[in-house]
Amino acid sequence: MSFRRRLSLLAAGLTLAWLGVAAADAQDNLLNVSYDPTRELYVDFNKSFAKKWQAETGHTLTVKQSHGGSGKQARSVIDGLDADVVTLALGYDVDAIADAGLLAKNWQSRLPNNSAPYTSTIVFLVRKGNPKAIKDWNDLVKPGVSVITPNPKTSGGARWNYLAAWAYALEKNGNDEAKAKEFVGQLFKNVPVLDSGARGSTVTFTQRELGDVLLAWENEAFLSLQEFGADKFEIVVPSLSILAEPSVAVVDSVVDRKGTRKVAEAYLQFLYTREGQEIAAKNYYRPRLPELATQYADRFANVKLVTIDQTFGGWRPTQEKHFADGGVFDQIYQKGR
Amino acid sequence: MPADRSAAALRDPAWMRGLLIATALAFLALFLLLPLVAVFAEALRRGVAAYWAALVEEDAVAAIKLTLIVAVFSVPANLVFGVAASWCVAKFDFRGKNLLITLIDLPFSVSPVISGLIYVLLFGLNGLMGPFLKAQGIQIIFAVPGLVLATIFVTFPFVARELIPLMQEQGSEEEEAALVLGASGWQTFWRVTLPNIKWGLLYGVLLCNARAMGEFGAVSVVSGHIRGYTNTMPLHVEILYNEYNFVAAFAVASVLAMLALVTLVAKTVLEWRFGAELAATRHK
Amino acid sequence: MVAASSSDTAFPRAGGAVTSILKKPSVIPGFGLTLGFTLTYLGLIVLLPLAALVVKAGGLGWFGFWNAVFTPRVWAAFQVSFGLSLVGAAINAVFGFVVAWVLVRYSFPGKRLVDALVDLPFALPTAVAGIALSALYAPNGWVGKPLNELFGFKVAFTPIGIAIALTFVGLPFVVRTVQPILQDLPPEEEEAAVSLGATRGQTFWRVVFPAVLPALVTGFALSFARGVGEYGSVIFIAGNMPGLTEILPLLIVIKLEQYDYAGAAAVGTAMLLVSFVMLLILNILQHWMRSRHAR
Repeated sequence: MSFRRRLSLLAAGLTLAWLGVAAADAQDNLLNVSYDPTRELYVDFNKSFAKKWQAETGHTLTVKQSHGGSGKQARSVIDGLDADVVTLALGYDVDAIADAGLLAKNWQSRLPNNSAPYTSTIVFLVRKGNPKAIKDWNDLVKPGVSVITPNPKTSGGARWNYLAAWAYALEKNGNDEAKAKEFVGQLFKNVPVLDSGARGSTVTFTQRELGDVLLAWENEAFLSLQEFGADKFEIVVPSLSILAEPSVAVVDSVVDRKGTRKVAEAYLQFLYTREGQEIAAKNYYRPRLPELATQYADRFANVKLVTIDQTFGGWRPTQEKHFADGGVFDQIYQKGR
Repeated sequence: MPADRSAAALRDPAWMRGLLIATALAFLALFLLLPLVAVFAEALRRGVAAYWAALVEEDAVAAIKLTLIVAVFSVPANLVFGVAASWCVAKFDFRGKNLLITLIDLPFSVSPVISGLIYVLLFGLNGLMGPFLKAQGIQIIFAVPGLVLATIFVTFPFVARELIPLMQEQGSEEEEAALVLGASGWQTFWRVTLPNIKWGLLYGVLLCNARAMGEFGAVSVVSGHIRGYTNTMPLHVEILYNEYNFVAAFAVASVLAMLALVTLVAKTVLEWRFGAELAATRHK
Repeated sequence: MVAASSSDTAFPRAGGAVTSILKKPSVIPGFGLTLGFTLTYLGLIVLLPLAALVVKAGGLGWFGFWNAVFTPRVWAAFQVSFGLSLVGAAINAVFGFVVAWVLVRYSFPGKRLVDALVDLPFALPTAVAGIALSALYAPNGWVGKPLNELFGFKVAFTPIGIAIALTFVGLPFVVRTVQPILQDLPPEEEEAAVSLGATRGQTFWRVVFPAVLPALVTGFALSFARGVGEYGSVIFIAGNMPGLTEILPLLIVIKLEQYDYAGAAAVGTAMLLVSFVMLLILNILQHWMRSRHAR
């Protein structure tokens, strides 16, 4: 066998391989690029939607799923991952895709409720019996309390954690930014490990048994009780938290090229229907539909929620001020150590 | 194979041998055996049935298949390269040889994060060649070709690194003799060189293959993580782990560990069966 | 070197004169073909993509590049990554040598199994290694718990944890470079030394060690270079505290997370330059040691 023959075999093989992939893409299916904690939600949701889609159009539908850190997922879409829809942790990441010109800049107003069909918030997960008596945010800055949160630089969920703490400090100190910075700085002094993602932090807290309290998405906290045993942990809801709005959007450039706009739009709209909202609520996301919100009221504690738009003026300035290189979060770590 | 050392003065005293063996074993146990045991212990925590169920699950099978496909493309590519590179490095002297060897080593020292990123910068939608490829409907990253390319990059030096010192040590005398006796270049390579280097070659290929199947960082960047489609086994392990499905995660990981052990045992068996021949080629 | 084997005498002939571009163009064929293929493949697979990285970083200009790379944060991560890789490589150089020595010179039950085990870090996905190591060394792990309870000694989520992960990934490099050289060491040299009245220690330090040193240096360098870039196995056990246990590859990931491709490429380029210069120096050093020893 000559080198040349081997090389041409290899070339032929490679060509076949990507033809195969291209052919698979040509089929009528959807790719939903999402962030980490929505795995269980979209397993259920995809099943229901495929059933409904088949009943309405007679087409079989396969929804391919991709999960990962929200920012990383947005970056993959920007770099050419053919996502028909994105369902990410924060609007900032969808904005980044819009900035790259892959979807309309007004994406947030194309669907109801800021294009966030379900919401969540940040709560505390503590060990059973709450041995450190953690009730609210100000308990987290006490000496000897160890707090587990992922790194806000790499995790969308952790940015919500950080901002919720900031909002609490603003509220307690009459909107004094300097005091808020000091408070959040003290909180992060109590953090022994900064995992890169939300699920990494949950594992650190539940499996490695590190820390007294985990700052987590509400849905993740419930899932932890379910996965690791309600006899080991309990949920504490602070006096104030932040309304986390995970954003969804159709990626225009992809659906127009693939001809999947109709099914992609129907997919996202289904999230707002009673059936879709019920699936979200069952997976511990707060539904938008008032009747379901009432029905699941005992599940979701009534807590005062601030929003990113009102308290922080939207994601873009917030990202710039707090999480960019040299931003407030970096300053906290440069000063402290 | 070590030569038989019977002269007493050449032997280490018994206490020293014991001490060194104990040190080596303790070190390996702490750093290698324990993590391996931990993987299997976690994988079998819920019993053999759960272990097996995790392996025959649809997405796990898809991940195993994809991993094999990636290895089938990347390993032969690096095999051909490794032979060619070691031939020109070991049989000839030329300016810039150290530079060439260093460049061959370079992928060892490139962070996996970077090895993925460079292909994104090249083939991504905003990359140098991305828009052109997109217009042609060719998908490289977030598809099999990207996974293959990233894997080739990461495993690039393995075969060459194994062969270069071996061929340098063997020298060129036998090839020269064959050529003087009238053999053609290809004949010399197939009949003289290849039999001499086959063990080193096999070993390099096994390592290259093990690393190709186990690579995580670089493929993670170019995969797109589409479940059942572009997830290789290491990526599938991460997904399962992030789903708190620890048993399944470690079960798939244990397959990779076993794959490694099987190839290594195969190597050992071959060495043992053909040990004499191997020693002969080594000392020629 | 009195009783050198034929391979030793063959070597200086092949490697001695560097005056002409080609040494023996008339006898061995295939130089053009193999070098051409090697350079093409190297260019397409390694150099072209790496050039894309440098081009991206170059888009920042000198000033932007300087600003992206020379910040206290990046500097701290440089120290963590390079310092702890050095620790890991040093541990590997010492213990890897002992392991190679034991595997070549002694026989004991299960030796082949141990020999096979050495390659495990190549094969085990780095993420799995990271998870397994952090499970073992966490304060509630098999190893971490006794260490923590008996000595109050924390491993996981401290710099020690990073060093352990880097030792794990780099171990095979040292063992596998030293092992073949030890195996091929002609016994005549040691016998000659002993017959001339050298003690065991003298024989080792004057005869065996210098012969193995180039390989040991290569193994050390590869282990070190591998450690600097390692991400998957470290990230689980590091704790990732800025300035303390934050490694360079994580900084690259963080920059990417902010959609700062150029900044990420800049840090990547800086890492690449340092690694390249280091490998080059070591390869030249090794070439020099090899030709000295062969004489």
